Amino acid sequence: MISQIVSAVGVVIAGVFVCALYYWLSDKILQAVFPVPVDNVRAASVNLNRRATVRPWLFLGPALILLVVYLVYPVVATFILSFYDRSGGDFVGLANYRWAIQDAQFRQSIFNNILWLAVVPAACTFFGLVIAVLTDRIWWGNLAKSLIFMPMAISFVGASVIWKFIYEYRGGTETQIGLLNAVVQAIGGNPQVWISLPFWNNFFLMVILIWIQTGFAMVILSAALRGIPEETIEAAVIDGANGWQIFWKIMVPQIWGTIAVVWTTITILVLKVFDIVLTMTNGQWNTMVLANLMFDWMFRGGGDSGRSAVIALVIMAAVTPIMIWNIRQANKEMGGH
Amino acid sequence: MSAVASLRRVGLPRLVVHLSVLVICIIWLIPTLGILVTSFRDAGQIAASGWWTAFTGAAETSAARLGDPSTAKQNGATYVITGSVFEGGKGGAVRAFGTRVAAPTEFAVGKAADLGDGETLTINEDGSYTYSKNAPFEGRGKRVYLSVATPPSFTTENYRTVLTSQGIGQSFVNSLTVAVPATIIPILIAAFAAYALSWMEFPGRALIIALVVGLIVVPLQMSLIPLLKMYNEIGNFFGVPSRSYAGIWLAHSAFGMPLAIYLLRNYIAGLPREIIESARVDGASDFEIFVKIILPLSFPALASFSIFQFLWTWNDLLVAMVFLGTGKDQLVLTGALNALLGSMGGKWEILTASAFITIVVPIIVFFALQRYLVRGLLAGSVKGG
Repeated sequence: MISQIVSAVGVVIAGVFVCALYYWLSDKILQAVFPVPVDNVRAASVNLNRRATVRPWLFLGPALILLVVYLVYPVVATFILSFYDRSGGDFVGLANYRWAIQDAQFRQSIFNNILWLAVVPAACTFFGLVIAVLTDRIWWGNLAKSLIFMPMAISFVGASVIWKFIYEYRGGTETQIGLLNAVVQAIGGNPQVWISLPFWNNFFLMVILIWIQTGFAMVILSAALRGIPEETIEAAVIDGANGWQIFWKIMVPQIWGTIAVVWTTITILVLKVFDIVLTMTNGQWNTMVLANLMFDWMFRGGGDSGRSAVIALVIMAAVTPIMIWNIRQANKEMGGH
Repeated sequence: MSAVASLRRVGLPRLVVHLSVLVICIIWLIPTLGILVTSFRDAGQIAASGWWTAFTGAAETSAARLGDPSTAKQNGATYVITGSVFEGGKGGAVRAFGTRVAAPTEFAVGKAADLGDGETLTINEDGSYTYSKNAPFEGRGKRVYLSVATPPSFTTENYRTVLTSQGIGQSFVNSLTVAVPATIIPILIAAFAAYALSWMEFPGRALIIALVVGLIVVPLQMSLIPLLKMYNEIGNFFGVPSRSYAGIWLAHSAFGMPLAIYLLRNYIAGLPREIIESARVDGASDFEIFVKIILPLSFPALASFSIFQFLWTWNDLLVAMVFLGTGKDQLVLTGALNALLGSMGGKWEILTASAFITIVVPIIVFFALQRYLVRGLLAGSVKGG
């Protein structure tokens, strides 16, 4: 174990050193290849220009290589693989797509993903907004925000253990040690095996993600609320608006843009939800979602890259509109620079 | 005064706000508190009572056998057996007792209970009892069932167990081995790229920026299959294991790269033009400008991103499952916890202690560096992404 720590530290130092060395050395080589002689103004200016042409690509090089190898190429390759058989050897046309449309588990996953998309972003944004408004009005608001924000630091796996303990069920006459069942029993209900109740178990899994992501929505929306010009509120107060009207008619319309950003960010996260389902149910009891089904087919029976690729493409198709919107926004911003 | 502060004058009564925030905070904290408390409880108590009773002590049902009829003493017309129900066992405080397993709280302590057939039984809180009958006792010692309040018992034994025999200690080191290089390498690479995209003129710059923004949201799932194939081929070709630390460092670096470049470019592009131009006039090369001016000035943005990347790599399960082996020396904490959930089903003393070890590092990072995290979140989402 000690040797592993030493080698990890060594790698960190070596890695940083190699990276730094690359940038430093490539710059030195560039200067050596295109020298700037002091006695020849023309040659000097030509070489300075050449350096300026090459240098950005030296700076960008490692980043571009990583992006192309790990993201751009795989997107293209996954698209192509979706038309091939399980090992990626033979072209099978649309067979994988036809399989997906008819597969019951795939349909179940689509249904569950839509359910997640309908509930989680809305719930996180709603709770986030309410908590942001409430905590901005009390002196210990920052402490409260910290506590609600904290689950963001917890891994999905850790959060799953935390909530599995809450949903714990004990059979027979044993004492219920899961908080939910103890509460249900205390108010006179019957304890349930919550995570295997078909359909409703999806919601018990969603609670975990809502618990984690509400803090994110709260932080972003709180910043947006603070950015609202005070005059707009004062004018409404003078006109006799009450708190409820001010919130819905003055404050919310002014932060629509931020609400949209929070909503889309959580939407992307929900489309990729994997860890929670894997650790809580592994897709059993009708809780399968696309990311888990995709992972399942990557390894099931030695792996089926064709079917797996089709499922990945469905997730990709779902985020594409958001991607295009983001690129447009970024271009607009730079245009105004 | 902010807009929200002026809303205060017309809003709900103050007390309602305080109370609702308090309730929300409690709801948000209880789940984490549950595993924290449980991880320090004795394994037997975890299974016997809810963690919320940990500090008050819990009532457990236990059985005891009263003294043998041969130990009875005759006292006039009655025969009496005395002793303690805790003889040869652990102590505690008796809350109630009964003669049937289904009703261990039938009789109150300290008062004589009429058991019929001329028998009476008195059990005191400290366990001492008096059992009397108006005729000689027969057969074996009588069996009684007790509701015993056990004092709260806390232990660090669970942590010792998971750190040593369950391999969580080793996984902790593995997680660090993954997360630290996977945080530092992408920052350096992204910072150089962000500088080039902010302050250098070259054809195709706008296109690359658009590409980076687009790649931020590409789901990881799109990359997994081709990369797994690629890693296997490289492994076969060079005769090295296809799943290695080097492989996962590069994978994490690449997956974090779009957001890193985007965040850092936003920040670096906003630095004052005069500083960079006056340095250029003084004859500094781009490399020198970057190292001596840009890097120190960008510290807040670098800190924000490194927190993101660290939390993401530490908490990741999917990338580790695909690109890193499941052997003892490569299993990361999230993977180990997932495996324990499968093999240690109801053993909450193991699961809660392991879970807490898994989440303690990110929580410390979170509370120590929350300021930078919030700043990064705001830069990443409010501006446009």
